[in-house]
Amino acid sequence: MCLAVPARIVEIDKQMATVEIGGSRREASLVLLPDASMGDYVLLHAGFAISRIDEAEALETLRLFRAMLGEGNVAEDD
Amino acid sequence: MRADRSGQILLAHGSGGRLTQQLVDSVFARGLSNPILVRMEDAATLDFQGRLACTIDSHVVSPLFFPGGDIGRLAVTGTVNDLAVAGAEPMHLTAGFIIEEGFAFHDLERIVESMSEAGAEAGTDIIAGDTKVVEKGAADGVFVTTCGIGRVPDGVDISAAGARPGDAVIVSGTIGDHGITVLSQREGIGVATGLVSDCAPLWPLVRDMLAAAPGIRVMRDPTRGGLAATLNEIAQASGVAIEIDEAAIPYRTEVRSACELLGLDPLILANEGKLVAVMAQEDTEAVLAAMRSNPHGRDAALIGRVEAAAAPRVHARTLIGSRRVISMPTGEQLPRIC
Amino acid sequence: MTDAGRLAFLDEFRSGPQTRGLLEELVAGNSVPLKVMEVCGTHTMAISRHGIRQAVPEELTLISGPGCPVCVTANADIDAFIELALLPDVIATTFGDMLRVPGTRMGLAEARGQGARVQVVYSTLDALKIARENPDRSVVFFGVGFETTAPTVAAALLEARQTGVDNFFVQSVHKVVPPALEALSSAPELAVDAYLCPGHVTAIIGPEAYAPVASRYGIPCVVTGFEPADILQGLIMLSRQKAEGRSQVEVQYTRGVRAGGNPAALALMEHVFEPCDAAWRGLGTIPGSGLAISEEFAAHDALRRFPVDVSYSREPRGCICGAILTGQKTPRDCGLFGGACVPEHPVGPCMVSSEGTCAAYYQYES
Ligand code: SF4
Repeated sequence: MCLAVPARIVEIDKQMATVEIGGSRREASLVLLPDASMGDYVLLHAGFAISRIDEAEALETLRLFRAMLGEGNVAEDD
Repeated sequence: MRADRSGQILLAHGSGGRLTQQLVDSVFARGLSNPILVRMEDAATLDFQGRLACTIDSHVVSPLFFPGGDIGRLAVTGTVNDLAVAGAEPMHLTAGFIIEEGFAFHDLERIVESMSEAGAEAGTDIIAGDTKVVEKGAADGVFVTTCGIGRVPDGVDISAAGARPGDAVIVSGTIGDHGITVLSQREGIGVATGLVSDCAPLWPLVRDMLAAAPGIRVMRDPTRGGLAATLNEIAQASGVAIEIDEAAIPYRTEVRSACELLGLDPLILANEGKLVAVMAQEDTEAVLAAMRSNPHGRDAALIGRVEAAAAPRVHARTLIGSRRVISMPTGEQLPRIC
Repeated sequence: MTDAGRLAFLDEFRSGPQTRGLLEELVAGNSVPLKVMEVCGTHTMAISRHGIRQAVPEELTLISGPGCPVCVTANADIDAFIELALLPDVIATTFGDMLRVPGTRMGLAEARGQGARVQVVYSTLDALKIARENPDRSVVFFGVGFETTAPTVAAALLEARQTGVDNFFVQSVHKVVPPALEALSSAPELAVDAYLCPGHVTAIIGPEAYAPVASRYGIPCVVTGFEPADILQGLIMLSRQKAEGRSQVEVQYTRGVRAGGNPAALALMEHVFEPCDAAWRGLGTIPGSGLAISEEFAAHDALRRFPVDVSYSREPRGCICGAILTGQKTPRDCGLFGGACVPEHPVGPCMVSSEGTCAAYYQYES
């Protein structure tokens, strides 16, 4: 129901931002995410930023995946 | 010399009278000049021996000019590539123009110029043409139809029905460049990618491939309907299954990201300078090496193999190692958000 | 530069090495039969696109729920938008997915053939722009979608009012997820053990919204992202809950979802819309599950401005979309699937939207 993709804010002009994902750029409204700032990764849905992506949480999720793979480096991360 | 002071094509330019002659002389004969065309006979006559390939393609594109090409370049490469993937060396093209009244003269000149350039790249020329002008609103700018003939070398036998179990499936480069380039130019899409269309004549590449392995069995250019349509056509014509490895398909990052943004399937995007080839496993290395030393085959990649099957179908091995069916695309792709 | 560039926060979550470990874990930890409903259509698409249904252990059944806005939109709503589009001087604007939806008499594509001006937009802001550029026309936007999309429509309505774009109208058929999940969960015929909850809806409404479903009906809920690794991890979390006899709301999609959701979006939605009863295809009318345009924005409500008669509306015959949306049947149970009903000639809405259950089955699994 709701396609949203992670994109990085590379420019802000009041309530409008330019976001970038893998070399593609688009305008995005920040009306729904007024405290977003430059460099943030946000979820973009239908031309609106709807949520900030928490990079620390993303890394934690990836660490959990690796833990399941049983990679040795997990203990060091802890 | 401009045939009209307003810089526009008028209905009278298609009336067959003096303005028509001026148009033909100033734009077409000048822009496409070659010994056969300048004779301006009702029909061009040619000497010929051997096997002939013939094809025709009508071109409509919006916008008419896009990064990496325009409708003129597209009209030449489209037809040249249809010949090339039949294994035929393009000899000559003919072109028909349907022009909307009021179309800018210099735009027509630009289009004709890029036709001439693309023809030179492909080693072919335009030896006959026709122009009609229709009332405003009856066409969208200009439509270009090109017909081409080519010579099929001895020993070359390429057909969509030629794929056999065990064969290798190759693409000549990155997929979806043209589709995303054109789509991103349309109003309301608002995605900027910096991509350019891959629109290019493929005969030089095909010549190198055939030199490496004259026994190549299938070649197709995945234009409308993209890779998904082309692979399904091959599977159906040959009565085989094709399994491709999703991770092996070459994409530009911008194409992948634009597809994510717009909710599009890159396998359905049009390509205008790419081909799919099927060949015996043992020919693969030689063909890939030949392709990679040609500028239009630099990113060539082995993407899958042909398998025996009760019913023709196309599978993909997905990124997570599972399998899914790739079916014939239906209808136009629209950006979706939900 | 063919593929040197990575798509941040996407590629890491779909690569083979990431998912392999998760799949092994899922197989190892899953010995009891478990029926999981993916509530959201975007999950359905991702599951098809990556072949997840074929990859998970046999004990695990994935059922597609009512989370595709095209599929749950009742024919009467589609017919009304088509009638609006056919009005003189109206420009109908819609997201791409709705273009091929068949109505009772015709779909939008046919309405276009009859002279209706229908324009596909990517964002409500594009529709608003069309309204600004065509002051002598009425621009009507088809407001479909759930809590992820509704705030973007609310934002456009607010901007239209603030900047005086009086020719911008919305037909709101927006729906909200929790009441539908509640209705599903209370149905005695529901055969589902666990919910894979939609990450992007939850980014707006917050995970707390599912607490009543989890506690009252004892159904585990995991709010999940949309990449294969996310989905696999969500399934692992659900099967763990089941094995441990828990039924809680957990969040797998921690990078995108926060407690309380998105307050700015929620406030905007509350300002512009008010809850109403809504007809869901297949689920019937669910109290409080729709979003109507509030009194304050009535001047921009398309159906108040242009009342249309759709008394002829009825649901397509032979289509079992309803039972499919409630998880009781699969497309293969439909006599029309793949025969009379194919993506080129869809009978029911579940075949139209590329994330509709029938289309997803047809396209990727047929
Ligand atoms: S296959 Fe077609 S008719 Fe059958 S349930 Fe799905 S959409 Fe309805």
